[in-house]
Amino acid sequence: MAEKLLEIKNLRYSFRTYGGTVKAVRGVSYDVRKGEILGIVGESGCGKSVTAQCILRLNPEPPGFVEGGEILFEGKDLLKSSKKEMRDIRGKKIGFIFQDPMTSLNPTMRVGKQIEEVFVGQNNVSRKEAHDRALEMMKMVGISDAEKRFRQFPHELSGGMKQRVMIAMALVSKPSLIICDEPTTSLDVTIEAQILDLLLELREKTGTSIIMITHDLGVIARICDRVVVMYGGEVMEHGNANEIFYQTAHPYTRGLLNSIAGLSTPKDAVLKPIDGTPPDLFSPPKGCPFAARCEYAMKVCQDYPAPEAKLSESHETVCWLQNKMAPDVDLHVERRGRKKDENSETNTAAKE
Amino acid sequence: MTDYKQKEGDNTPLVKAEDLCKFFKISRTQTLKAVNHVNFEVRRGETVGLVGESGCGKSTTGRCLVKLYEPTSGRVLYRGKDITKQTKAEHKEFCSNVQMIFQNPYASLNPRMTVKEIVGEGMRLHGNFTEAELDEKVEELLHRVGLGKDHMSRYPHEFSGGQRQRIGIARALSVDPEFIVCDEPVSALDVSIQAQVINMLKKLQSEMHLTYLFIAHDLSVVKYISDRVIVMYLGTVVEEAEAEELYSHPLHPYTQALLSSIPVADPELAKSNKRIPIKGEIPSPINPKDCCQFAERCPYATERCFKEMPKLKKVAPEHSAACHLLT
Repeated sequence: MAEKLLEIKNLRYSFRTYGGTVKAVRGVSYDVRKGEILGIVGESGCGKSVTAQCILRLNPEPPGFVEGGEILFEGKDLLKSSKKEMRDIRGKKIGFIFQDPMTSLNPTMRVGKQIEEVFVGQNNVSRKEAHDRALEMMKMVGISDAEKRFRQFPHELSGGMKQRVMIAMALVSKPSLIICDEPTTSLDVTIEAQILDLLLELREKTGTSIIMITHDLGVIARICDRVVVMYGGEVMEHGNANEIFYQTAHPYTRGLLNSIAGLSTPKDAVLKPIDGTPPDLFSPPKGCPFAARCEYAMKVCQDYPAPEAKLSESHETVCWLQNKMAPDVDLHVERRGRKKDENSETNTAAKE
Repeated sequence: MTDYKQKEGDNTPLVKAEDLCKFFKISRTQTLKAVNHVNFEVRRGETVGLVGESGCGKSTTGRCLVKLYEPTSGRVLYRGKDITKQTKAEHKEFCSNVQMIFQNPYASLNPRMTVKEIVGEGMRLHGNFTEAELDEKVEELLHRVGLGKDHMSRYPHEFSGGQRQRIGIARALSVDPEFIVCDEPVSALDVSIQAQVINMLKKLQSEMHLTYLFIAHDLSVVKYISDRVIVMYLGTVVEEAEAEELYSHPLHPYTQALLSSIPVADPELAKSNKRIPIKGEIPSPINPKDCCQFAERCPYATERCFKEMPKLKKVAPEHSAACHLLT
């Protein structure tokens, strides 16, 4: 197992609003290893972005505040770092790619300049060097005609090109970790495929770790090594991509997988949505946050938070169904596109 | 009104676009050709999917069909009649027969109207209802889309995205339409909520005998809901076929590339799938060249593709494509 690069331990983060305190993140723990792509999946409002922004302390404070927990990066607690220390980490050791490339670039600055800006305040980098590295990075992320693009403004570029500029910006100082917050959500499928390929290629070349935040399980399946499934500000399940998709062990993950209309979904099949709506985080439920929407919910689920259950070295789920006293439930997701025998093969492999 | 609705043995398509063009003049020398000579038809009771990347003109096409835009040239026929040449009475009936569901449920509901006012507005205009009847009808509609009576006096900001989209759907259904243009109705929603809305649209279709034009960029959703699918690229139709046929035998290089780049939620399948990468980006629709629009990005482009615009050709019954390679 590769070395841990970043470790989040029992993070709790809330926002004070006029309506009360929103408990956005409630005891989240996960880690990122060197050179891996970690996917974080969940619906809007599940706390996946807030957690990621906590790593770089990007949430506005106030109203946001840390209630507890630690974020260890290269052995140092980022939550206890000073502002100056954080400035040396943001963009330099940890890059961040935002969701919407249209609004996260400065419209009044030429894009090349915006990439160079990462080096501002670094004494060991000369202007010339900053320019060269920005240009080199633009070429690396596949921006054609980089010299010309360097002097253009964001509005002159298309969505995919802007996202490439964002990626170049995140990569230019060779960070050891890149956090991508829904980098392809606003892009078309063909451009999305290009960007995902680019991220995979960059990982090969530079060996950086990537945290990929998305609500699209298709994106997760294509590029991620490990997956964290979040719901209602908590981690529901985490494990290798194959474990999450083929040996699903949490009803929420299963619900997500079941509600996608895949290419192989037959016409007459009825999609199985998850009924109901996500919990209100002003007053989060006492027990499992998913209990209200879960078809297997028992009384214990509503009253007590579920314990963590280890299923394998890498696979953990937070669910009462894993308790010895719980009934046996088949959480296997029907895979319509695959042949029967293939399916049983993966099943037997799981048992062994 | 009802007898006009469904005539037995009537084979005219419900809606037909003939050589439809919609250009926007940007400056003296620049014209944005959003929809460029598009032909297709929608038959009664079917769901036609319209897919393509952003900027390909699919929403503009949808808006032309419901008369939100006036076509630059070409015609839109509704029951065989040109919709731009309607009398006032015909126009009023058209409006109650053809409705639209909009993409963004946050922007398409008036924040200063209650749900009852939003849903009831169309009925107030199109029928003679007393206040009590209106209440009853709105309640029934809300029930149909899975909302309750107690939601009637609330304002849009009190609802979640999925619920707002339901209100938008109830509004479209309120005037008892037969044709609904759904402009990306689920793309702003979370996956678990998407499935709820899609199931509901399917259920409503069979209950109320609706015809849909389903515009979306999510190809898997389109495949699931549509009978026939039309693929658009930069203002032109590149391929049209029955859903199963299109997804199993895509003929146009663009459709092939588009289908191969859909993310599949299955890691092993995703790794084994061969993808056809297409380079570059969708070119600008301002002053497009008079040749195959996809030629620049096409891996198989020949000289002819850069000179001549391919016409939509029938390759099999119910399957046509516009490509020079298919001769």
